[in-house]
Formats: sequence, C-alpha cells, structure tokens
Amino acid sequence: MRHLLSAGDLSHREALSLLDMAEEMHEVQRRPIKKLPALRGRTIVNMFFEDSTRTRTSFEIAGKWMSADTINVSGKGSSVSKGESLRDTMLTLDAMGVDCFVIRHASSGAVAQTANWVRACVVNAGDGQHEHPTQALLDAYAMRQHFRASGVREAFEGKRIAIVGDLLHSRVVRSNVLLQRTLGGQVTLVAPPTLLPAGVESWGVTVSHDLDAVLPQADVVMMLRVQRERMAGGFFPTAREYSAGYGLTAERLARVRPDAAIMHPGPMNRGVEISSEAADAANSRVLEQVSAGVAVRMSVLYHLLGGEGGAR
Amino acid sequence: MSAESTARLIWDGNDMFRALKRIAHQVLEANRGPERLVLLGIQTRGVPLAARLGALIAESEGVDVPVGELDITMYRDDLRSQPTRAVGRTRIPVALDDRTVVLVDDVLYSGRTIAAAMDALSDIGRPRAVRLAVLIDRGHRELPIQADHVGKDLPTRSEEHVRVALTEIDGEDLISISQPSKGA
Amino acid sequence: MSLVITGATLADGTVADLAVADGVFVPAADAPAGAERFDAAGLIALPGLVDLHTHLREPGHEDAETVESGTRAAARGGFTAVFAMPNLDPATDTAEAAAYVAELGRRDGHCEVVPIGAVTKGRDGVELAELGLMAGQGVRVFSDDGACVHDSLIMRRALTYLRPFDGVVAQHAQDPRLAGPGACCHESEISGRLGLPGWPTVAESTIIARDVQLAEFTGGRYHACHLSTAESVEVIRWAKARGKADVTAEVTPHHLLLDTPHVESFDTTYKVNPPLRTSEHLEAVREGLADGTIDIVGTDHAPHTQQDKDHPFDVASPGMLGLEEALAVVMEVMVNTGRLDWTGVADRMSVAPARIGRLRHQGRPLAVGEPAHLVLVDPSRRSTVDKHRSASKARNNPYHGLDLPDPVELTVWGGRITFRR
Repeated sequence: MRHLLSAGDLSHREALSLLDMAEEMHEVQRRPIKKLPALRGRTIVNMFFEDSTRTRTSFEIAGKWMSADTINVSGKGSSVSKGESLRDTMLTLDAMGVDCFVIRHASSGAVAQTANWVRACVVNAGDGQHEHPTQALLDAYAMRQHFRASGVREAFEGKRIAIVGDLLHSRVVRSNVLLQRTLGGQVTLVAPPTLLPAGVESWGVTVSHDLDAVLPQADVVMMLRVQRERMAGGFFPTAREYSAGYGLTAERLARVRPDAAIMHPGPMNRGVEISSEAADAANSRVLEQVSAGVAVRMSVLYHLLGGEGGAR
Repeated sequence: MSAESTARLIWDGNDMFRALKRIAHQVLEANRGPERLVLLGIQTRGVPLAARLGALIAESEGVDVPVGELDITMYRDDLRSQPTRAVGRTRIPVALDDRTVVLVDDVLYSGRTIAAAMDALSDIGRPRAVRLAVLIDRGHRELPIQADHVGKDLPTRSEEHVRVALTEIDGEDLISISQPSKGA
Repeated sequence: MSLVITGATLADGTVADLAVADGVFVPAADAPAGAERFDAAGLIALPGLVDLHTHLREPGHEDAETVESGTRAAARGGFTAVFAMPNLDPATDTAEAAAYVAELGRRDGHCEVVPIGAVTKGRDGVELAELGLMAGQGVRVFSDDGACVHDSLIMRRALTYLRPFDGVVAQHAQDPRLAGPGACCHESEISGRLGLPGWPTVAESTIIARDVQLAEFTGGRYHACHLSTAESVEVIRWAKARGKADVTAEVTPHHLLLDTPHVESFDTTYKVNPPLRTSEHLEAVREGLADGTIDIVGTDHAPHTQQDKDHPFDVASPGMLGLEEALAVVMEVMVNTGRLDWTGVADRMSVAPARIGRLRHQGRPLAVGEPAHLVLVDPSRRSTVDKHRSASKARNNPYHGLDLPDPVELTVWGGRITFRR
C-alpha cells in the first residue's frame, strides 16, 4: 500500500489489518504516555485546502502520537489563492522532503491527481464529493466495537447498514459503500431522489425513500449531514419537510432497534437530519466514531510509513 | 530439507520444563517472593513462556502474578529497512510503576530486541526494576545487555540457527540448533 | 510556384494528374516546364479541409497558441482554412477585433484564418454585439462559444437580426442552470461514482430543441456546435425532417472517438466542454454524421498551457487539441468502418463547413480554374500519436499514445505547399 486514495483500493485483508492494528493503537490512546516511536523522523504535511478542524486535528494527533513531525498547511492564504496550479503547489512542498501528504481538497480527484505528481505518499482526507476513506474506516471500526459490545457477531458479512441523507454531495457515503462492499455489509441508501448520485443503482446497494420501513431492519443507522443551502438548489423544499421525511426524529427513534448503532460523521445539524434525542441516545456511537478516528489514522499512517515506504 | 537433516536437538520438553521451573524459582528468590512482580512476555514466543512462568509461580507460592504481553515491533531499530510489519498485541495487566518487571523471551542474541523492549517499557510506565529471563543465551551481543535468569548458555556460531518450538505456537516443545544448508 | 501531382485518386475514385500554377488548378498539359512533380500514386486527393471551429488563442493567450503555431498545426492536419472562435482577449466582438484576427491570419497563417464574431458583447449573453459592423468585415459566423446564448430572447433577436447579412449563429448549447460552471463530467454512473459535478445530456439537447424552433420561427440560420448526445442528434434530425429551418450541426473528432471512462483517472487532458459521453452517444453522433444529420466535423481545437491543466479536474481549463488528428479520427471511426466514403469525408470536412461559413473559394472541386486548395491522403499509413511532435504550442492532446491513421502527405493552400511529410 503506497497511498490511501480510495476505500475501494483496499483488499479485504488490508481493510481488516488496518482495523486490527487500529485496536492496538486505540490501546495507546488510553495510556498515560501517548507516544509510539514508529514514525520518528518522518515528516507529515496536513495539506488542508478546505477547512476541517475535526479531520485535521485527528490526523495531527495521530501523527504526533506516532512521533512524526506533523505540519499543518491551510489552503487559504497560501499560494493556492495566488493562482498557482495545484501541481506546482504540491511539487514545491514535495521538494522539501516531505514523507507523507494528508490532503483535504474541495475538488473531487485532486488527491488522486497529486499522488501522480509527488514522491511522498498521499492520504486522502476527503476530496470534494468523491471519497473520504479514513472516515469509512473509522466508521467500520466504530461499528465493529459496537457489534462486539452488544454481543453480536463482529463480522460485517450480512450486517444491514442504512445510510441516510444528502448522498449526492457526500464523499462519506461513497467510501462507506466501497468499504462495505469489501467487508460484506449490506448497505441501504435512503434519500429523496434529488439527493441520490447518478448511477447509484449500479453501486450494489439497496435504495429506498422510506426511512420508516428501513429503520427496524438496520444494524447501523448512519445519518449524514444535510446542508441548509441545498434548499436553494431545489433539492428539497424546507428543512421541516426534509426532517419529516428523512430526519431521525425523536418519534422515529422508536423504530431503531435498541441494539442498533446510531452514527453520524459530523458535524451534526441537530433538528434537521438528527434530533438531539437520537444524537444523545444510549446507542448513539457518535463520540466513539471521533475517538476511533485517531486510532484508525494512526493505523493508516503506520501502514504507509512504518516500514520502508514513504517518499521515493 | 537439509536444515532438518543437520538439526541437533538441544532440549526436549522435559529439559525445558525443568529449566523453566528453575527460572521461576530464581525469579522468586531474587525478588524475595512474588510481591509486586509483573511478568511481561515479549511477542511472540516470550508470551507463552511468561504464562508458563506465571503458572509455575502460582503453583509454588499460591499467588497469581500479573502476566502481560509486550510487542516491540514499533520500537525496532530496523523498522525502516523492510516493508511495514504487522503490529502485535501489547497487554499490560497492571500499572507498572513501582513494580519489578520481568521481561521474558526465548532467545537472547544481539540484545536489540531487549533494548527495544526497554524503550517500549519507558513509554508505558516507570518500574522499580526490570529483569530479564530467557530460555537460551546464544551469545553474540551487540549491545551491553545481560540476562538475569538464563535457562541455558548455548555457545553458537552466528551462522547457526537456533529453533525454539513451543506447544502453544508450534505444537511441540523443543530446542534445536542447525547449520545453514548450503546453497539454500 | 507551380506543381504537378501525378496519379492521384480523387474522392470519387477516378485517377487524375493535378497541375497547379499561380494558385489555381490548370490543365496538366499547361503546367510550366519547371514545375515540381509529386508522385501521388495510391494517395487520395481531397479539397483542402475547412475547420469551422478552431481556438487560436491570439490575441490574449499566446502562451497556449498563436495564429502561426495553430495554423501550422492546421496545415499538418490537411486544413487550408480555419474559423477562429472569438473567445480571445479582447473577445472578437467588434469589427476592429475581427479585422485584427484576419490581419494576423494574413501575416502569420499557414492557412486561411476567418474570424468568427461574438453574438453578444463580451460573450456574456446579455446584449448583442455589433453584428452588422462585423458582417461588414466579412464575418458570417457568430458564436459565443465556450458560453451558451442561453437567453431565449437574445437568441431570437440574433437569428432575426442576422438574416440580411446571411450570418449564422453557431451555438454552444449548454443550459447554464442544468449544467453550471462547475459541470465537468457526463452525468452518469461515472460522475456519480467520481463525485464530479454532472453535465447532463439534456442541458445540451433542450437548448438545441428550443433553438431549432426559434430558427424555424425567425428564418435565421442556426448551427449547433459540437453535438455530443443522442438526444441532440434526434432533435436536429427532427428539425431537418420538418424542412422549414436552416439548421446545421457539427461533431468534434473527440466526441466521435473518446468516451467517458477516459476521465476515471481525473486526467484533465480529457476535460472538455461538452464532456466526453458514453458509447451509446458516440454511436449516435457517428450515425448522425454518416446519414448527414450532422453536417460537418469541427475540431474544437482548444490549446491550453500545462499550467491551465494542472488544476483539480473541476477547475482545470476545458478543451483538447484536434487539428492534427481530426482527419485521422474521421478515417478511423467513419471511413475504415465503412460509414463514410471519401466523397463523404470531403463533404463533412471541407465542402459543408465552407458552405456554412460562406467561404466561397474553399471546399471547391479539384477542377481546372478552381483555387488550388488540396490535401493528399495516404489511406493506409498509421502511427502512434506523440503529443511532443505537434506543431501546436500546447500538449493537451487526448490522442497521445493511440495508434491512429497518419494520413496527411501534402497540404496545398492557394497553390503553396504548407505541409509536406
């Protein structure tokens, strides 16, 4: 594994190995001294062309706990705004001897393009509406923890995972679908037709517009953020109507099995796609997802940089 | 395979059992009993050995000594020279501060594994003392490290291969030494 | 200079000697004694190709292409005339700007350069440009190419106003609401999977459906640029079947050959507007070109600097080269598959584009007394396209690495050899 660009690039063995190793990393998270020497002397640049406090911090902590030198570069205010091409921006940093780029970009494909240009290894921290593979991995990690804690078989095969929300604009859904296709989870996508990606019928998932019918079957209910500005695009009329049809409201919460995990990659719009009752429910795994994020990213960074890998 | 044909048996299971029993007694003697002892097996074959020592101590003293596992993969000084290695399990049963930690491994050779284990320990806690127990000391040290409790000093040439098999992992207990097979 | 081409096969299959003196075809017997002789045995002689859709980038973006480099690429591709799209800096939206482009062509051109005028000022779709004054400079083709004349009323007015000038509106059909500025990938399973903003087929075909009705209603001349969808072909077919509108249509080489999966790796070389479509649409435009629903092949040759392509896919400049490979692609897709004969090629790539652009001295028969514009074609030579061996200053060549026909042996423009292998 030289880069992590797409959740679809991971084999079944690689995906499980990343999740297994994340458990060892999670153990470090509970130690008083949160430090492993594995990436000592490695330089990781977190290149965030788009703001994301949550993902950037998670990667930064992961790198630091592994003893790497992590540097954060924000796209805003850098040469990006001066009209420099993406290629020139990345080659300039690459020439400084960076071992790994962790890249967030508003444009789909920008991370994969960069991987073709630079010597460093590249981790996709979210590109446009394309992919967010470490999010899918941490979701899978949190699911597995949940399966284990609730005493069910921890394997993903046959698990029913409902993903609900703005799927058209979501990189999280694409990576989750790809990863679960590898791991064996059965994904049902629930959204108004206006928020479904073109060609979704070929993704090997079930598509539904009836959340009430889907919820009682689900082992995992993953709610995705719906941005209010989508109303201007004519995707749905009002937040009220969206919530009535597709929100995990307090009333609808009763249809979720008590042993099913409620998940949300954040940031949450409480009252739109998820009610506070659901977000704070006993079976909500929202905070576990965040906690898993650091361990999963440590695992990813160790996989890419722990051996002889890194810049060529 | 020629490696099999040139192997010389050093110990069988009975020899190993007697050596472990002796090491268990030495550990207790040096510590003046089982109090505040922690046994940490180094992945992979140190782990079952630590468990056996724990059981032997429990048998003779009637006390369960905490036994854990230590993986030193990420502390290896040759991490960068190979593809990424899988990380093994680290399980620390109790806080190590102010305890005597006995590191347990099968073979003491260059000493680099033990150095890595000490680095790992320092990231986990501050033991009062760290001791080292090994089944075989085959010499050829590259670092200033000595074992406190040794099953057998086994002079070897560096090109020879010492094989430690344990029932828990390999299905049998034995130690053998073999010459490198020519042309292998 | 003078030239005698012996044993050339004409588009209709007859074999002839062609003699050129003082820029026109003369009887072979009248060829001057010192004329250069060119053995064309086994080669096909076609009228010099005419491109109704070229981006030359000068003035304004000479780092990507100049009139000199662009027309040299044209000559290598067998073209003897190109129409220069007005998305220049400044835009060709005044008589003076049009005169300047024509002047650059006379000064630096390796073929004829004919300016296309903008339909609206600054190509922003709001107010009509000075169409009549540009027509006074000989401009007959008007286009906001790169932008759509999306306002129905402006389109109606342009079609109506241009009637006395015999001008044609060449439309870049793209509904700006259905396919906004970010749209960059054929809306399909691939756009959905890659998360690239979709460019749905209906954003093109609904505009063309509106426009052909406006053309019929106004009596104006309408030309649909770079058809990329099956639906658009159907709409043009329907409009032509009614027989009441002066409507023509165009397809690019890349929409004939290249399909959507080329963008899977986010290689911006393959970013083009309208986007590369899926195979069923390729099949439809090929069929349309074969049956005459689509009148011409226009290259939409769009040079860009590497800098302008080295951005994320949705930000990078759209467009790809085409002048040098246009004939090769048409041969590969249309001739070698039996869809089009050489007369058809001459029509789609020379006669029809000259007629639509009212370029009366191009696209003419290879006959005594006619201006000597021709291209000699080797029907069997093939080679692997190498983007570094291009006359264009740009390298955004989508055919790089492909094995394609390599047909052009000799290009003659007005009796002058502008390219020789």
